[in-house]
Amino acid sequence: MNIEATKDLLYRMADDELIIGHRNSEWTGLGPILEEDIAFSSMAQDKIGHAKALYEIMHTLLGEDSPDKLAFGRKEEQYRCCHLVEHPIGEFDFSLVRHFLFDHSELLRYEMLKESSFTPLAQLSKKIFGELKYHVLHADTWMKQLANGTEESRARLQSSLNECYPLALAIFEEGDFEKEIIDSGVFTGEGVLKEKWMETIQTKAAECGLTLPADDGSEHFGGRKGYHTEHLKPMLNEMTEVFSLDPNAEW
Amino acid sequence: MYGGGYIPPEEQGKKIPVDQEDPIKLKEFEDRIERGEKIEPHDWMPYEYRRQLIRMIEQHAHSEIIGSLPEGTWITRSPNFKRKLALIAKVQDEIGHGQLLYSAAETLGKPREQMISDLINGKSKYSNVFNYPAKTWADVAVIGFLIDGAAIVNQLINSKGSYGPYCRALERICYEESFHLKQGHDNLVALATGTPMQRDMLQDAINRWYKPLIHFFGPPDTSSVHSDKLMKWKVKLASNDDMRNQFLDQYVPKIRELGIDFPDPNLRKNPETKSWEFSDPDWDEFYRVIKGDGPCNEERLDVRRWADEHGKWVRDALFNPSEKYRIPLA
Repeated sequence: MNIEATKDLLYRMADDELIIGHRNSEWTGLGPILEEDIAFSSMAQDKIGHAKALYEIMHTLLGEDSPDKLAFGRKEEQYRCCHLVEHPIGEFDFSLVRHFLFDHSELLRYEMLKESSFTPLAQLSKKIFGELKYHVLHADTWMKQLANGTEESRARLQSSLNECYPLALAIFEEGDFEKEIIDSGVFTGEGVLKEKWMETIQTKAAECGLTLPADDGSEHFGGRKGYHTEHLKPMLNEMTEVFSLDPNAEW
Repeated sequence: MYGGGYIPPEEQGKKIPVDQEDPIKLKEFEDRIERGEKIEPHDWMPYEYRRQLIRMIEQHAHSEIIGSLPEGTWITRSPNFKRKLALIAKVQDEIGHGQLLYSAAETLGKPREQMISDLINGKSKYSNVFNYPAKTWADVAVIGFLIDGAAIVNQLINSKGSYGPYCRALERICYEESFHLKQGHDNLVALATGTPMQRDMLQDAINRWYKPLIHFFGPPDTSSVHSDKLMKWKVKLASNDDMRNQFLDQYVPKIRELGIDFPDPNLRKNPETKSWEFSDPDWDEFYRVIKGDGPCNEERLDVRRWADEHGKWVRDALFNPSEKYRIPLA
């Protein structure tokens, strides 16, 4: 197994989880109904927990720093998350559609990773997959509800889908070691994942009576190489505000 | 989702003074409470009992929801995984408590929507303590340990009350709060035993929260309006001063043993009277904050107004499903 290649994959996955978990947690206190404050808060805990578990593998098996240092102590350009997860929560429709698009990719990714040749990752993926099933169930339920609600709710979902879909395509931006990752059997690859995801999303969107926007050629790549949207830096500043008062203190 | 409150048709909308209630029913009701029985939603109850309970449970629910905000702003800034995961779970619990309490209040006939609307219009109150700002990370520790500690004193006492749904909600809430307390204490100890900067941060937070904490249980018994009726009906079970004493008894030593102190040279337990003494905590401020003139009243309600306005389309859509969608997905 190529260590550098595996680390690159794990950074991409863990950073996505950390950043989307952060965004989900921002709904605590702001949800449209109390039950949604609670739901987004639950998913935030799961996502942040996944990030921690992935950093833990990197720390204990691949020689990286501690999970806290990895999450709170890196520079912006060292993060490997995709642009979709960086955007602020916006209105509920934006957060819901992002959650729907992102979590379907997650469910498929971790299902594939259950077969990874890197055993610790395969084992962790089984656990994460079990939790993601509920995230996807939550997203699908709400998509159907709101797509079949009022004219406004339907229009909002379509508009957010138009905005999020191109961003979501960049979830599958390859890292620098895609070939090594596939050859070593650590992961089947972003290409295969993307195809499965598009199939799922097309079906689900059609069930809701929503249409996927045409590919307008806009590319939101760069996240996997350390180039981020203007939203990430302020978010990281906030996230590390207390930690950086004294990174060596026990908090 | 909703409790489905039951008010017999003949009682709806009627304000009945206690001395005009049916004397036989009133006696049966009071005898039941005297025997330690719980009153349930479909049981007969005096108008005043229902009114006071709605007011109390509703205020409690609002306090949970508003109370999640000062700590909630620190979720995204928590300094490590352990604290972040604990804080999200904790704040999530508080919102769950709000949800549970709104349901308990609904069993008395007031819908959740009405309660939330009264909250954001300033018609109903919530605990004053949440109108103070959480300025630093150490505030999270102080809120988690001392404010939650004070709330537990209050809630444990109220869980022995006479209204079944409220008591059962409180029992579950107290169970979860005991975990919050551990979370708060662990955080507080980490700061108290940490670097000089962390200790200063903690002392500063204690200094700022001292007065709101003394205010927490309300004005002294000498100046608060007593109701023997509410005591008899087990709506109120202990006086403000009794609860405050119990709190100071339990928590002052725990803070002092960490080498941190409260900013009041007169805070002491009088060995003769066995009750705590403290400097005048400026009760005028307490009344000013209740009336809406506290440091964060506007900010707190603005957040709830944002949530209410921006979530309206979602609630509208839930109440108006189109014909097409009939079967649940799951």
